[in-house]
Amino acid sequence: MASLNRKSMFSRRRPFAAALVIAAGLLVTGGGYAAATTAVKAQQDPTVASQSQIDLGHKLFLANCASCHGKNAEGTKNAPTLIGVGAASVDFQVSSGRMPAQASGPQIQAKAAVFNDKEIAAMAAYVASLAPGPAIPTDAMVANNGDLTRGGQLFRTNCAMCHNAAGAGGALTQGKYAPALTDTGAKEMYEAMLTGPQNMPVFNDANLSPKDKKDIITYLVYLQQHPSVGGLSLDNLGPVAEGLFVWVAVLGGIIAITVWLGAKSN
Amino acid sequence: MSDQKGLVPASHDSEGFEHDYNSGLAVVTADKIPDPGLEPHRVRMTDKSVKHENRAARQVFYWFMASAVGSVGSIVAYFAFPISSDLGTVHNNTFFMGLGIALGLFGIGFGAVHWAKTLMPDAEVAEPRHQTRGAEDVRARAVEIVSLANSESGFSRRKLIRRSLYGALAMFPLPALVLFKDMTTDPNPQGTLRHTMWTAGTRLALDPTGTPIKAADLTIGSVFHVIPEGLMPDGAHKDDYLEQKAKAAVLLVRVDPAQINSQKELDWGYNGIVAYSKICTHVGCPVALYEQHTHHLLCPCHQSTFDLANDCAVIFGPATRPLPQLQITVDAEGYLVAKGDFSEPVGPSFWERTAK
Amino acid sequence: MSNATSTAQKGGFLAGTANYLDERVGVGGILKEFGRKIFPDHWSFMLGEVALYSFLVLLLSGTFLTFFFQPAMTNVIYDGVYGPLKGAEMSIAYKSALDISFEVRGGLLMRELHHWAALLFVAAAGLHMMRVFFTGAFRKPREINWVVGFALFVLAMAGGFTGYSLPDDLLSGNGLRIIDGMIKGLPVIGAYVSSMLFGGEFPGHQIVARLYGLHILLIPAFILIFIVIHLFMVVIHKHTHYSGPGRRDDNVVGYPLMPVYVAKAGGFFFLVFGVLMLVAATVTINPIWLYGGYDPSPVSAGTQPDWYIGWADGALRLAPSHLEVTTGNYTWSWNILLPMIVLILLLVLVAAYPFFEAWVTGDKREHHVLDRPRNAPTRTAIGAAGMTFYAVLWAGASTDLIATHFALSLNHVLTTMQISLIVLPIIAFFITKRVCLSLQRKDREIVLHGRETGRIVRLPHGEYLEIHEPLDEYEMYKLVDFIDHKPDVARPNAQGKITLGARARAALSRFFFEDRVSPVSASELASAHPELDAVEHVETKALV
Repeated sequence: MASLNRKSMFSRRRPFAAALVIAAGLLVTGGGYAAATTAVKAQQDPTVASQSQIDLGHKLFLANCASCHGKNAEGTKNAPTLIGVGAASVDFQVSSGRMPAQASGPQIQAKAAVFNDKEIAAMAAYVASLAPGPAIPTDAMVANNGDLTRGGQLFRTNCAMCHNAAGAGGALTQGKYAPALTDTGAKEMYEAMLTGPQNMPVFNDANLSPKDKKDIITYLVYLQQHPSVGGLSLDNLGPVAEGLFVWVAVLGGIIAITVWLGAKSN
Repeated sequence: MSDQKGLVPASHDSEGFEHDYNSGLAVVTADKIPDPGLEPHRVRMTDKSVKHENRAARQVFYWFMASAVGSVGSIVAYFAFPISSDLGTVHNNTFFMGLGIALGLFGIGFGAVHWAKTLMPDAEVAEPRHQTRGAEDVRARAVEIVSLANSESGFSRRKLIRRSLYGALAMFPLPALVLFKDMTTDPNPQGTLRHTMWTAGTRLALDPTGTPIKAADLTIGSVFHVIPEGLMPDGAHKDDYLEQKAKAAVLLVRVDPAQINSQKELDWGYNGIVAYSKICTHVGCPVALYEQHTHHLLCPCHQSTFDLANDCAVIFGPATRPLPQLQITVDAEGYLVAKGDFSEPVGPSFWERTAK
Repeated sequence: MSNATSTAQKGGFLAGTANYLDERVGVGGILKEFGRKIFPDHWSFMLGEVALYSFLVLLLSGTFLTFFFQPAMTNVIYDGVYGPLKGAEMSIAYKSALDISFEVRGGLLMRELHHWAALLFVAAAGLHMMRVFFTGAFRKPREINWVVGFALFVLAMAGGFTGYSLPDDLLSGNGLRIIDGMIKGLPVIGAYVSSMLFGGEFPGHQIVARLYGLHILLIPAFILIFIVIHLFMVVIHKHTHYSGPGRRDDNVVGYPLMPVYVAKAGGFFFLVFGVLMLVAATVTINPIWLYGGYDPSPVSAGTQPDWYIGWADGALRLAPSHLEVTTGNYTWSWNILLPMIVLILLLVLVAAYPFFEAWVTGDKREHHVLDRPRNAPTRTAIGAAGMTFYAVLWAGASTDLIATHFALSLNHVLTTMQISLIVLPIIAFFITKRVCLSLQRKDREIVLHGRETGRIVRLPHGEYLEIHEPLDEYEMYKLVDFIDHKPDVARPNAQGKITLGARARAALSRFFFEDRVSPVSASELASAHPELDAVEHVETKALV
């Protein structure tokens, strides 16, 4: 078991991944933004969107998004262009409630989703129809049956510096932050890695292959499903939370005992 | 103590003491409100009523019994909750054994204290306290002993042997210095810090998988955590894997070249792909938090912030120096390679850092 | 002799044992001397005991851990039960720490107990130090014991840090990385000291075993020796007591060691142990399995030291940018040296304070009656300022968590703290001093005019009065029994010269005692009485 895991962890990327990268590269055809970047993009969503779905998405887009992103999603000074961002980006931003954005601030926050699944799918289909971009991952791609150990290692190297080793989240500069991943859905994790929302870097398939992403998701889902064996986790915030606990609860409790101990009995 | 001349000596507080000390700046009044003496003892219920006394005794008994139950319970928990490969069992074992032991401890503690508070005498009593300073005759005898020891040994008289003893005492710890020197086998530590594994033509590879990276793999806004190709825990650097990694770790980012303000940065990179040492120039934490739109790199340990669009200059936090840049290019197969080692030592500053 | 033996035998097993011990170790004399020794009772006198008992828990749980922990940095492949690390490369030290957690029954409980006890040890020692400071218990003859206690506090931090670094996980490894960076910043010797500590380049293969030696042998041995000295001096001096009726410098008021204090303090050991055990059983501390083995490339957000090293980490964070300078070929890392100097200076000031205050007051008397903090306003204010300074440094180590949890900008939090580090202690000083003086004035008021009762009466001629209830003599004595100091002027010495030292001392005495509220004297009280009588008179009349 151990040696098998180890092999997979340190072996070169599998041929499967390389083929995937090449296939992805071939699929990229155009779009101003996409051309400015490079050849690496995720493969297109295999489920072809129907025209009626795209039309519904367009309507929703004009009513809810166009004021900031422009009538043709070309972007304005308030918001970036959506041409080439792909369905994954739309799905991530809208289903996590980040879009439509409410207030300006250092960072747009997640909240309850404004649209239902059908509407989100329609908007995603519309944006995807503008130019090729990363597609929404399938359920198989985000299933938590990857390599747990490898996922942990990749998570610590690529993600823990911002999101914390236990996925508890952390601070960035000027009021921005990396959110906690303790309640994040698997699909959302995949889409975030793929599209790099806000200031999060993009982890394209050459950096973290779909298998790598699946391993990371497997690890995070494991953490979500396994409460700390030591008891209360104190949100896994580390030594600061532990220090606060020892001063307030432990020392506070002991002082209560000393007061009882020093008080005279009736 | 000439600066205390004129201060009022002695005070009421030392009335029970044989030696009077200077009271310094303390104001000594003759007009103090008199001490009424110890408060009268307030009688407890357990002193007044046998019923209360018996109840308190029963409570103490219950506590001690509870303790015994807890201790036995913990042993039961040891057997009832063995641990297996299912981690839930670790939690159960920890939780139930801990609760049992805690009850065993609390029972004794609460029982004993309750016993003391309710059933043992609770009238406060006073005990005299004496000055720490010895009585005059004791002090005189002590002085006498020291001068006797001095005259018998001739410690003050025999200058030569006294001084040679001081010399010998000063020398005797010195061998420790050479003994401890061998805590390191590196004859030139500051020299070792100057070089990393990077050489001309070393491919940039992904950390931790070791896959080499092609220039085409990088999209704008992506960040790759990079090690030199061949740096593997079971590879050529098996014995100094972590030491090499601690110096060679690199962050590889692709930025729109139009947004990079430094010509040197562009020249040392490849089409907007730039590689910087990941080791903070403050105290060496990995500076790994990259914000793709602001191009800022943040160190999570002490919040030094580096501007990637500007030679990784420090724009916030306690660091001073920019992160060193690794010169890169591509080889014939399109893989990113280093043009050579870093042009300056990476990581925290040290005394000889700029020396040639 | 034979008579005594036969008496003892008649007395049964206990008497027989007592006799046996007395004839061999003179236990009779020891009991006669110490058995009825008086200990004053107050909750705040138990804080040092909390630290002592935490240390005992540390020794017990730590010994258990040594049976399983292996301080080696050789690489192994993990094949234990924790799924997310199966097959990962790690050091033997980290693997054995995981095995203690997951494969030894009660192992995780002992690990958590040990770590919680360590946090409590330093916290209780710190709180005990504050109690000693704010009540003036460090005054003669206890100055040396203050220094011993101070050394214990520093040793406790050292013990904690060396322990924190042992599991060789990502968190502790990054902690050592920071220590390495700080050492490298030392002028001239930095690179060499680092190389010696780590046995070559960071991280090397030596550091865990070296820290282990310090952690389980040298530091606990020193702590034990200093605890013995600390307690020995408590026996010599006898414990202080709070001011109050019947409590004087030449007596000690409280309960006898046997039986009351044996039961109370003995029981308290079990209570402290019990609280720690309860917390260990229910709350996770340092979940090392989440961090993975040490690797110099990854790092986790929220990488912080345990709380007692927080002030040092905070000092590093709060240093302004661009302090490092290069002179010729050599680098002065002021961004590291300045925080270090601040930390050392703060420690030196803490250790030296009793000697400083003794020099200012010139008071050579022994003090066994404690001050209420309000009755030493300047000392209390200095303590509050020092604590605030420490607290800002301490909070500085959690800037990132403050930013995320209060939705603030990390940069603003840091900048605010840099300013706070200078400004807040000054504000704390003035506020505390004013509060102390006000409380003293309130005490005077209460002594002279009695306690307000909230009952308003109307006099026959229409005037309204609130009835004040006079204090009984015991309550009153608590409020008037304190030492009053007056500032001094610089005086010429024997040669007729006013030395610089004398001038400084005079200035400091003004700083300390310029604003002062004296205790109510007997004559003041006497002249205040007619007023009280009048009110009492009114009260009787009103009730009639």
